[in-house]
Amino acid sequence: MDDQPAIRIADARKLYGSGEAAVRALDGVSLDILNGEFFTLLGPSGCGKTTLLRLIAGFETPTEGRIHIAGADVSDDPPNRRPVNTVFQSYALFPHMSVRRNIAFGLEMLGRQRGEIAETVERMIALVQLSDMAERTPTQLSGGQQQRVALARALAPKPKVLLLDEPLSALDLKLRKEMQLELKRLQHETGITFVFVTHDQEEALTMSDRIGVMRGGRLLQVGSPREIYNHPADRFVADFIGETNFLSARVEAEAVVLQNGARVPLASTRTPGSMVTLAVRPEQVQLRPDGPIAATVRQVVYSGTDTHCYAALSDGTQIVARLQNPPSGEVGLQAGEAIRIGFAEDAVQMLDD
Amino acid sequence: MAAPPRSPARTSWLLSTPALLLLIFGAAGPLLIVLVYAFLEPGEYSGVVWQFTTEAWFRVFFERDIFDGTVSPADAHLTIFWRSLELSVLTTLTTFVIGLPMAWFIATRPANQRAIWLFLITIPFWTNLLIRTFAIMEVIRNQGILNSLLIRLGVISDPIQILYTETAVLIGMAYVYLPLMVLPLFAAIDRFDFRLLEAGYDLYASRWQVLRRIVLPIVRPGIVAGSILVFVPSLGAYVTPRILGGGKNMMIGNFIELQFGQGRNWPLGAALSLILLAIVLIALLIYVRVTTREDSRHG
Amino acid sequence: MARRRFSVTRFPGFAPIALTAFVLLYAPIIIIVIYSFNASDSVALWGGFSLKWYVAAWGNEAVQDATLRSLVIASVAACVSTIVATMAAIATTRRSRFRGQTFIYVMINQPLMVPEIVTAVALLIFFAAIRVATGYQGLGYLILAHSAFCIPFAYLPIRARLEGMDLSLETAAADLYATPWMTFRRITLPLLAPGIAAGAMLAFVISLDTVVITEFIKSAGQDTLPTYMLGQLRRAITPEVNAIATALLALTVLLLTAFFLLTRRRG
Repeated sequence: MDDQPAIRIADARKLYGSGEAAVRALDGVSLDILNGEFFTLLGPSGCGKTTLLRLIAGFETPTEGRIHIAGADVSDDPPNRRPVNTVFQSYALFPHMSVRRNIAFGLEMLGRQRGEIAETVERMIALVQLSDMAERTPTQLSGGQQQRVALARALAPKPKVLLLDEPLSALDLKLRKEMQLELKRLQHETGITFVFVTHDQEEALTMSDRIGVMRGGRLLQVGSPREIYNHPADRFVADFIGETNFLSARVEAEAVVLQNGARVPLASTRTPGSMVTLAVRPEQVQLRPDGPIAATVRQVVYSGTDTHCYAALSDGTQIVARLQNPPSGEVGLQAGEAIRIGFAEDAVQMLDD
Repeated sequence: MAAPPRSPARTSWLLSTPALLLLIFGAAGPLLIVLVYAFLEPGEYSGVVWQFTTEAWFRVFFERDIFDGTVSPADAHLTIFWRSLELSVLTTLTTFVIGLPMAWFIATRPANQRAIWLFLITIPFWTNLLIRTFAIMEVIRNQGILNSLLIRLGVISDPIQILYTETAVLIGMAYVYLPLMVLPLFAAIDRFDFRLLEAGYDLYASRWQVLRRIVLPIVRPGIVAGSILVFVPSLGAYVTPRILGGGKNMMIGNFIELQFGQGRNWPLGAALSLILLAIVLIALLIYVRVTTREDSRHG
Repeated sequence: MARRRFSVTRFPGFAPIALTAFVLLYAPIIIIVIYSFNASDSVALWGGFSLKWYVAAWGNEAVQDATLRSLVIASVAACVSTIVATMAAIATTRRSRFRGQTFIYVMINQPLMVPEIVTAVALLIFFAAIRVATGYQGLGYLILAHSAFCIPFAYLPIRARLEGMDLSLETAAADLYATPWMTFRRITLPLLAPGIAAGAMLAFVISLDTVVITEFIKSAGQDTLPTYMLGQLRRAITPEVNAIATALLALTVLLLTAFFLLTRRRG
């Protein structure tokens, strides 16, 4: 049944300890992950994303709530009976087995025919481009190669869902970028649903079909990378995903008034007099003579493609603008210079306080 | 709500049960019987008579005159206690003074040599205590290698009597327990950040001041651990004083054995065993307190 | 003469003391080994190289008897203590903390804390009662006592090995459809093997060394090699004892070298 979600989590709760001292690792999470999508759980450490992943894999049992995989309730099944496989943060490759034996392990445990195992293993080794390394043991491989073995091992039994627990965190930047593309390719080629856990927002935006942002054991927002970036549900999401300027303001008819008194024309359905926070991405901040906000440049930082301009409003509120560098490389700003700032109306996200 | 099929705590207990049973019947459990026996009357030839009395405890410290029943302190017993304590403390000090340079020496070897030096200290550690005591005896005997050498060199004309003296017991115990001091000291020094020495010298400390003010305070947990590891078996030593001390230089261990052999006073032996156990447990408690405080201080 | 570079890790006198101590640590043992090959009847005089004391020891029925008994006890005690210690080590490291874990830990390490003489006395009393009740006089007492005494020595290297093992390996096996038993057989046990071998060797060596407990609880005619030697030391010493000691020493060094190599090559 293809219209079944790959994973359905119904009001999952996980408490560690009991009574007053109990830690709520998951505080009522409900979520559908669709067939064949690349879904990312994103959040700072301790937000519950890894707990949720371990709950799906069966390494932890939920205190409350049910978990369905491909329509079947697996809440009471041990991990070895669940049709999901995990790529561990530490890779967890068996040090006493060769690459080939590692990849074959899951298939052997499932009791597959010898011929089928051999064939699948060869295909997997080719898929992750490790044909020369098949007889090596994990300790003889580099970090990136170990990563590929871990992927091949988890993909070999053809799981309904592949769970990835921050698999790229141990790699250096260049390798990480490479593996991000590699993971997208593998997901595309195998058609398997990927659930990916990370605390790196850039990684999440690059790779995912949909992202679930978590904090304090709760799901704050689920949506496509574009939705999450452009329309964050609250201040935390806006702050966590990308850089954001926050400006406190009071709603008036056809405008909002900042704390330093500047009037910014902005249509709103909110009742006049209510307090809101404006969230503006630095790249949406425009320096223009007719801008409604007066500010003073504090610092100008050159960073290759862009220049960051840190400015302060008259009441001390900090605001940062990201300006694309012209071919000359000079944006022509000086610390201490008085500037005026504005932004397009659709570039501003208005958040309730 | 789903409960896991088997409770993990129950499985853990099941897995530990065979070990626990062996330990209860082959080591720990009988200690309770010792406690009971310490409050019974001695049997005529051996064993006990099932009659409650605290006589054994009284006999540990006092003796009654057979004829007029006057009570006086049991000097012979107190001498044995005192000798045991004295020899154990001296053994601990001796092994520390020799063990610290050894541990420091091993810890400052290049990484590839360190394992070999460490191995050299572990071999005697695991070698039969009886053989090592016997080896020391061969050296210090009147016709042994030490006396022969000194006579041949003309330092002395007649052999010095070392064997069967307290000194012999001290030499023997320091010899057999030295590795127990070196190993924990090494473990502590191995974790020591040698850049602290550079900082010390940079701030005008002398060698002696660096040793006293920087090294010793930081490796203190190792010193405490080594001292306990040497002190505890020294106090309960049996083989070494028996072979090297002869009949005159008994320690508590030998005195206990005597009660189960010729002395034929099992309750007194049981009481003495419990006193020894109590001293050892107090030493261990001090060790645990010192080390846990140290841990919490260093995070 | 060039001035020696100032070394921060050097303390004057430390290296000479250490090297002298190493020499003194080995000298008596080496002397025993040398004199075990002495042809002279006197223990003090060197009379040329000879294997006669080994021949004498080998031909001595009491020595043969004690050697065989020592080996039997050590083998059984090493096997038993290693098996139960492995189970206990898995229970105390591979699973979540549980109530009573500290109790198990203290119990296992108890033979290391209680002076051997006290354990020996306790077992003497306990086994004397059983002897009276059952009339059994066999090797069982020694085997039970040695097995229990060796548990902490077998436990330590196994536990150390387990603690160095990534817990996610077993999790990964479960994730790849392995049952708990398969996970143990295919992952935990093969990775643990060097630790188990090391534990068994230590247990064997410790059992061979144990004197006090054996001396207290053995029945008549149940001498092991160490108690036989202890008995000999009470009388006039013959170089035969040197030969026995050297043989025992060689066995210990052999086992320890194996242990050393096993624990060094990890991961």
